[in-house]
Amino acid sequence: MRLFGKQIQLQDKRRIDERTKVEKVSTLAFVLLAVSFFAIPLMWLVLAPFDSDPTFRIKWPNWGLGNFSEMAENPYAYRSLMNSAIFSAGSGLAVILVGAPASYVLSRIKFAGRDAFLYILLLFSSIVTGSAAMVPLFLLSLRLNLIDTYQGVVLVLTGGLIPAAIFILKDFTDSIPKSYEESAQIFGASSFRILKDVVTPIIRPGLAVIFVWSFVQAWGNFLAPFILIRDINKQPAAVMMYSFYNDGGQAVFRTVAAFSLIYTIPVLAMYFYVNKKYGFRFYGGIKG
Amino acid sequence: MSFVSIEKITKVFPGGVRALDELDLEIKDGEFFALLGPSGCGKTTLLRTLGGLESSTSGTISFEGKDVTFLTPGARNIAMVFQDYALYPHMNVLENISYPLKVRKFSKEEINKRVTQASEALSIQMLLDRKPGQISGGQQQRVAVARAMACTPSLYLFDEPLSNLDARLRLEARTFLKQLQRELGVTTILVTHDQSEALALADRMAVMDKGRIKQVGSPAEFFHKPANIFVASFIGSTPMNLLDGLVNDGKVVIGSMTFDIPEHASTARTGDQVVFGVRPEYVSLVSGPGSGIASGVVKVTENLGTHYLVTADCNGILVRGTAPDGSEPAMGDTVHLKPEPGRSLLYNKTSEDLY
Amino acid sequence: MKSKTMKGSRAARPGNSVLGKGAATAFLSPSLIFIGIFLLIPAFWTLYLGLTDYKLVGIEALNPSFVGIDNFTKALNDPQFLSSLKLTIIYVLGSAIFGQALLGFILAWVLNELSPRIRNIVELIVIFAWIVPGSVVAFLWFAFFNNEEGTLNAILGVNIDWLLDYPMLSIIIFNIWRGTAFSMLLFSAAIASIPKSHIEVARVAGASKMQQLRNIVLPSARSYILTNLLLITLWTFNDFGPYLLTGGGPGGETQILPIFIYDSALRYLDFGYGSAIAAIMLFLNLVISLIVLRMSRKGKK
Ligand SMILES: Nc1ncnc2c1ncn2[C@@H]1O[C@H](COP(=O)(O)OP(=O)(O)OP(=O)(O)O)[C@@H](O)[C@H]1O
Ligand SMILES: [Mg+2]
Repeated sequence: MRLFGKQIQLQDKRRIDERTKVEKVSTLAFVLLAVSFFAIPLMWLVLAPFDSDPTFRIKWPNWGLGNFSEMAENPYAYRSLMNSAIFSAGSGLAVILVGAPASYVLSRIKFAGRDAFLYILLLFSSIVTGSAAMVPLFLLSLRLNLIDTYQGVVLVLTGGLIPAAIFILKDFTDSIPKSYEESAQIFGASSFRILKDVVTPIIRPGLAVIFVWSFVQAWGNFLAPFILIRDINKQPAAVMMYSFYNDGGQAVFRTVAAFSLIYTIPVLAMYFYVNKKYGFRFYGGIKG
Repeated sequence: MSFVSIEKITKVFPGGVRALDELDLEIKDGEFFALLGPSGCGKTTLLRTLGGLESSTSGTISFEGKDVTFLTPGARNIAMVFQDYALYPHMNVLENISYPLKVRKFSKEEINKRVTQASEALSIQMLLDRKPGQISGGQQQRVAVARAMACTPSLYLFDEPLSNLDARLRLEARTFLKQLQRELGVTTILVTHDQSEALALADRMAVMDKGRIKQVGSPAEFFHKPANIFVASFIGSTPMNLLDGLVNDGKVVIGSMTFDIPEHASTARTGDQVVFGVRPEYVSLVSGPGSGIASGVVKVTENLGTHYLVTADCNGILVRGTAPDGSEPAMGDTVHLKPEPGRSLLYNKTSEDLY
Repeated sequence: MKSKTMKGSRAARPGNSVLGKGAATAFLSPSLIFIGIFLLIPAFWTLYLGLTDYKLVGIEALNPSFVGIDNFTKALNDPQFLSSLKLTIIYVLGSAIFGQALLGFILAWVLNELSPRIRNIVELIVIFAWIVPGSVVAFLWFAFFNNEEGTLNAILGVNIDWLLDYPMLSIIIFNIWRGTAFSMLLFSAAIASIPKSHIEVARVAGASKMQQLRNIVLPSARSYILTNLLLITLWTFNDFGPYLLTGGGPGGETQILPIFIYDSALRYLDFGYGSAIAAIMLFLNLVISLIVLRMSRKGKK
């Protein structure tokens, strides 16, 4: 009996090994294929900026930094990056200034209709997307004389980002014990002091994440400035990039190559910052 | 002289939970007072109401004869130590201890003096430049106490300050807290889940249930004379024997057993439905049956260290007693259990109170 | 009278929040204003405009009139709109459901078994594709698909003008590339949340990989999968990204709804008609969102 059992075990073991071998090979093949699919198009972004003769083709570069100096001489390229910085920093700040106080109240004070408010907010923020609301957003900006202004884009971007920001920050604040504020109340600190000395420092990581998140969202946003900005001097990098290859012709290849890398670097840097400081999964939560 | 006086305090939470129900309580100057009770009975709510963190629905609270019901927390001159300590994570220990003093606009020298005093009293001088996240739970607890102490309040409120510590540290901290309170002489109210903590620390204590006080008194009174069935069943490391019975002709009849009526229960009359109570510690094994003795078969024996807890089935009624280590009976043995006469208690079944 | 004064005095008992009513209102109002202006007004304005013949130029510009549901009937009989709707459905099914979700799941499943080192590298590459700004991604694929110098043709050894001959396939691949990371991360979290012992029990019982997947992983990850499918459907449905690659062309072959709205309203300046389409889109968004919200509520319970 015992011997018999052992034999079966041995046979089983062999079968398992065989299975894993086939599996291993197919897994490896799949991973290689997937990596190629995602990595190859990216190669252009890595190689072309340093190629003194870039084309559409991904190829081993003719090393040189000339593309960057050529880009630096293109006034539109530089200006559009500055514009992007203005739009992104502006939206990041506005989202924090407007969203953080609201999320604090929503987290700490139970008022009638709070849950209904949060529900409606969640619902509307997922329904009213840039694509579905581009007409009224354009007309609104037209009426308010916000076409071709920095404020117009910042306001529209902020409006779109605020609901999600409020949710993320409210969750964050919910996770902070109320006893911090209560102990300060017992010490006799005024509301202003409690907010300044206790609440703000404690929720600062949440604020930093929201700022980075808003910044990245605004940095990559194409539709809002595409609709609201006509003046080429005020266009951000997202739109400039599109203009470069859409109607730029062959001549701007070198500029485009350098420009796409420079334009990408800030979001990569922010990714590494958030990743390092708050962990990788957190970024996953905030990009979508 | 009573220091804290609570009159008919009621707290109804939005949603209808009546956490405090017309509660009255007096706490004396300089005493260490413990609040004990089952989970959800309203201990935290009472403490927070005293601190002004919850608004009461009705009733009044006064400190030293002064009505503080309507004062904000900061104006009550109290200090509270929270269960999670609420040490500010972005400030180091020094900044944490001095923050309340800064808020109260003390001078630099005064702040330095008090921080030094408090941190020496709690032996945390070497931790001053560390952040709360870089010190142990026991050290955090000391910092929280130091921060409360430096304010020299007239009342300390502690909400389960020891519950986050492991068993050994808790014992140390307990002794320490008691010593400190003795030295400072400041009235202290401590909420705890742990009755041994309350019994060990408190000058006086109260047991709460469903938003009301069930009994107030010294730890010894609680142990020897629980005022009602609730407290009797709540207090004590081993559950008290509480046996339903009937008064008949000067005796308590419980099933086939009869016991003498305890001395304190002279008002018990024939026909009264009663509950006969006696701690297992005061029930000993005797050699043979008789009046005032419960005879039964051993169901369970539990080793409690120096002695054994013996549970016997006496004609369907479970009675617990104790036997010294070494002379414990085996399961299935027939035993005879005799309550010490002076230690037995009698409760009225309808009012649930002690006679 | 008496109860009134009582109430007044009770209100003066100290509460437990740092902010009073006034401050709370002041804290809340800026975001209320933003939400009102940028979410509520646009939603209702879209509905309203959809019922008018508002145009930016011509007679109607000065004096738009109410045309009832004309725009909506027009849409339902407009072959261009119907084709746009069909293209959108193909785009969503192809790039979100079959593309991102399936590939994301397989990646999460396969990477879960690999060594952390390899796993991190692969994940990083997929995530990079996700965080690079949209216009740069569009250019990368514009270059990759190019028929004369494009790398894709070079690899496959063919000469195809992908964006002209297979435009829908192109934008689907483009969107799979760009968005798979989200599904992969979500599914990794789902797989990680399954207790190891559950899978080990199945392994000890001799279940094959496929059986483990079917009997344990899929049922445990069910709510994640459904939520993910609905979310990426919603996002892909509203995605303007393909415009960067094809501009909706050639000949309208990639004119998905967001591009259709852009073309009718902001290019040909027929705001009434564009808004009617947008209103239809809002409605479809509402349906998807309500399902998501209902599910997440159930999940919480
Ligand atoms: N903010 C609140 N809103 C509604 N009900 C509350 C609130 N806080 C406490 N309660 C309820 O009031 C009752 C008393 O709660 P409390 O926290 O005072 O109990 P406790 O005695 O401290 O319990 P524990 O020993 O578990 O800490 C409970 O039923 C609780 O659910
Ligand atoms: Mg409590």
